[in-house]
Formats: sequence, C-alpha cells, structure tokens
Amino acid sequence: MDVFAFLRGRLDPAVAWALGGVFTLLVVATLAVWLLGRWKPRADWSELRARVRTWWVMAGVFAVALVLSRKVSLVFFAFVSFLALKEYLSLIPTRRADRGVLLWAYLAIPVQYLWIGMGWYGMFIIFIPVYAFLFLPMRMVLIGETEGFLRAAGTLHWGLMAMVFSISHVAALLVLPVKNPHGGGPGLVLFLVFLTQFNDVAQYLWGKSLGRHRVIPKVSPNKTWEGLLGGAATTLLLAWLLAPRLTPLTPVQSLQAGLILGLGGFVGDVVISALKRDLGIKDSGTLLPGHGGILDRVDSLSYTAPLFFHFVWYLYGPLVTRIG
Amino acid sequence: MNRLLRWLFFWGVVRPVILVVLGLNVRHRERLPRDGPALLVANHNSHLDTMVLMTLLPTRLLPKIRPVAAADYFLKGPLLSWFALEIVGILPVARGGAKGKPAPGDPPPDPLAAAAAALERGEVVILFPEGSRGEPERLADFKAGVWHLARRHPAAPVVPVFLHGLGKTLPRGSVLPVPFFCDVFVGEPVPLGDDKAAFLAELKARMQGLAAEGRFSVWE
Repeated sequence: MDVFAFLRGRLDPAVAWALGGVFTLLVVATLAVWLLGRWKPRADWSELRARVRTWWVMAGVFAVALVLSRKVSLVFFAFVSFLALKEYLSLIPTRRADRGVLLWAYLAIPVQYLWIGMGWYGMFIIFIPVYAFLFLPMRMVLIGETEGFLRAAGTLHWGLMAMVFSISHVAALLVLPVKNPHGGGPGLVLFLVFLTQFNDVAQYLWGKSLGRHRVIPKVSPNKTWEGLLGGAATTLLLAWLLAPRLTPLTPVQSLQAGLILGLGGFVGDVVISALKRDLGIKDSGTLLPGHGGILDRVDSLSYTAPLFFHFVWYLYGPLVTRIG
Repeated sequence: MNRLLRWLFFWGVVRPVILVVLGLNVRHRERLPRDGPALLVANHNSHLDTMVLMTLLPTRLLPKIRPVAAADYFLKGPLLSWFALEIVGILPVARGGAKGKPAPGDPPPDPLAAAAAALERGEVVILFPEGSRGEPERLADFKAGVWHLARRHPAAPVVPVFLHGLGKTLPRGSVLPVPFFCDVFVGEPVPLGDDKAAFLAELKARMQGLAAEGRFSVWE
C-alpha cells in the first residue's frame, strides 16, 4: 500500500499514462516475437528476442530513473553520457600521451550535469563548446606531443559534443523553466526519448517491409527512402497524437516537432553509421544484447535531443525566463 | 577473517570498479575452467589484469584462485605483502628462473614450487608468461615456467586468455585509471606435447589468434 501512495505522490498522471503505454507496447512486441517463433520455428529469432529483452531492461531502468526524483534522473543521464563517451573513446584511435587529457574529458560529464542541476542555462550551453574546447587542447599542448595533435584534439571534442553536450540536452528538459501542465519536465523527456526510439523502430520496420530505393548506400546500405519517409510519417502522426498529452505544444508545433524528430533521428543514426564504417566495425559494442553498443542506441538521440530542446526553448523558454 | 576481507574486497571494490569504470567484453566465457586444478595463462599489461581474471571465475572459486606474482615487487613492504599474500592470495615467485647460485652440493632452488603445490591442491593458478607488464599492449616473448608447471600437472588444462585495453586503462607507472571498455578473449586449452619450444610457440600462436579476433583501435 505504501508503495502505491509513494508512487501517487510522485507520478504525474500524464507520465504514468505514457509509461503505461510504453510497457503495453513492449508486451505487444514480446507477444509478436513469441508468435513469430511459433509461426516459423525454423528461423533464428534469438537476435530479435535479445533485442526485445534489452528493450524491457532499458525501458525499466529509464522509467525508474525518471520517476524517482530529478536528482536520480540527472545521475542516470550523466551515466548514459559516461557510457557513450567511454565506448566512443574505446573505439577511436587515441594517443598514449593523452591518457591524462582523456581523464579531464571524462570530468566534463559531472560538471556539465551539475550546471543542469543548478538550472544555470548560460553555463550549460557554453561549458563544452567554449571552455572544454579551449581547455583540452591546452592540456595536450602542455604535454608537448605534436604528432597527431589535430586528429586527437578534433576527435576528442567531437566525442564530447556528441556524447556529453548533445545527450545532456535530454536532462536539460527536466529543468526547463517551461510551464508544462502535462507531466512537466519528465513529460517532455518522455515525449523526446519515446518518439526518437519509436522513430528508429518505425523506420526499420517500414524499410524492412517496403524498402527499395537506398538513401545513402555508401554509408548505410539498409537505409531506404521508403523506410525514412514511412518512419518519419509515423513519427509525425504519433507526435501529433502525443504532444497534447505530454507537452505544451500546439497542434501545428506538434507536427513541426514530429518532423524534427523523424528527420533528425535519421541523420543521427547515419552519422554514427558513418563513424562505424570509418572505423571498420559493425556494432559499437556488446553492452546491449540485440542492439550492439550504447552508441547504437543513442545515435539518433544525439541529434534529436539538442534539436528538440532548442525548438521548445525557442517557443517557450526565453519568454518564461523574462517574465520569471 | 582474511577470507571475508578478500570476499569484501572483490565484491565491494574490484567488481564494481570493473563493472562501472571499465566494462568487459568477454568472448567464449564457456571455455573457462569450471574448477581447479587449472592454469590460466594471460598476456600482462596492467595490475588490473589479475583483478579481471579473478572476477571471471565463479565466486565459489575465489578462495582457490592463486595468481603467480613477482616476489621482488609485491613483497616489498609489510602492508603490500599482507595485501598481496592474504587478500589477493598471490603465489610469490623469484624472478630470473632457476639460475640462482645454489650452495655447492645443494639442489637448485625451485621457483615454481609454490605454484606446483597449489595445482596439487586443486587450485586455479594464474600465470603471466611474459614475466612482467612490459610495454603496454605489446605481446612479449613467453618464459618457459609455464611449460615446466604444465608438465608437472598434465591434468591441469592450460587455458590462454587474451586481454586488451587494460594496459590503456592503467599502464605501468600510472596511478589513476582512465576508463576504457576492455576485451577478454578466452581460448581453447593448449595441448601439452613433449617439446618445450613447440608448446611455447603454440601458446603464443593461440594468443595471437585470439588477438586477431578483435579489432582494436590504434594507441600510440
């Protein structure tokens, strides 16, 4: 009983309904995979099964982190950034001389999320693009190794921008001074994360069933126009349906948000694909069975998070700040 | 008491650090020995190597895992000695092989006696045949101790384990670990045969074969 009272105190009804929807969808997916296994028992469904199982774990951890408290949510997203940056730095060539510099780069994660926790927008938005950008090359120069300097400084900053700065925009939605009657900050986060992940799945399913014409065969041979347009259209529709329940967006703005998420998600996906192709690998890691590594999961989010955040910020943020 | 401390050290410090700071990608875990006696043979790049190898096996084996480690390094001070011997459970070995000068008439001292006794007791012995951590992420030549030990205990399988990334995380001479995902590839047991050079060559070839399974980023 106490558990229910505890949850009722914390769970915004909008967030509760959305999370209920997510888990209903997972039940449907689990049943679908089970039926597929019965329908074609000869085929190998282990990869798909592992993928759905990992979805359960990810959705479970995400839901708990979002519901418990804002602090827990911030720590959770900081940890996602840490895992993503660690995977990135493990994949790319690094210089032996830069071990200490990498440690400084990792240190940027707690600091970046600290600004978010303090609600210090100005620092949140410039800390990595300005201060980390200026500080890390200085550390490299002081070490004195010039061979491969540009590559080392460039790849490190790109990683910080994609894995820490971009991903931290999800957490920044939690402290956005926007009056959101439908679930507050967690409502916006759910809208962004659910639609981004759903868009990935929708583009995959559309491409798998109808895909004929490739978009960028050199980077990602499995990405088709049919998948991109079908998935984006599905996301657009879902954004229009969900936005009134989770965000302050008007119907027109909901459609614009859907478009941003559908297209931005695609670009984020293929950007990480290009990175993997450049490095000669298929999956970025083995952390998430059935999905690959963490980069394979947050690739789209590294584009949709900052795009969606600044869309909402442009429409609602500064005005509220000025009044508040 | 020390057994409890050892358990606490591994569950309270080593496992959380390996899980959070590092992150392991273990391939062919099923090839690990299920019980002793066994010889785990790995390449050596970092102090973390021993810790990682010790967490690969089930916890019930923890009291039975004995890493062979250099006496001249780990038995330096009283605190380090206590920690190395009682908590990690090392088998100290004098480096330099059996080349020490015995008193005239005495048999030469046996540097592998402790490890051999451990195998006799059915324990899992961890051995780094490169002899030292050396250049990080570079495979050096193997010393012959592993051959002599395996010969004495043909019942103990010699399981090669290739480690990558730990030398980047905490190379020799560094104090602070830098997080990287690390790879652990377990190989099939190496058949003993009766030629030392052939055995060592086969062991090294297996190790290089395991290394070739991965695609590692450049670290220069």
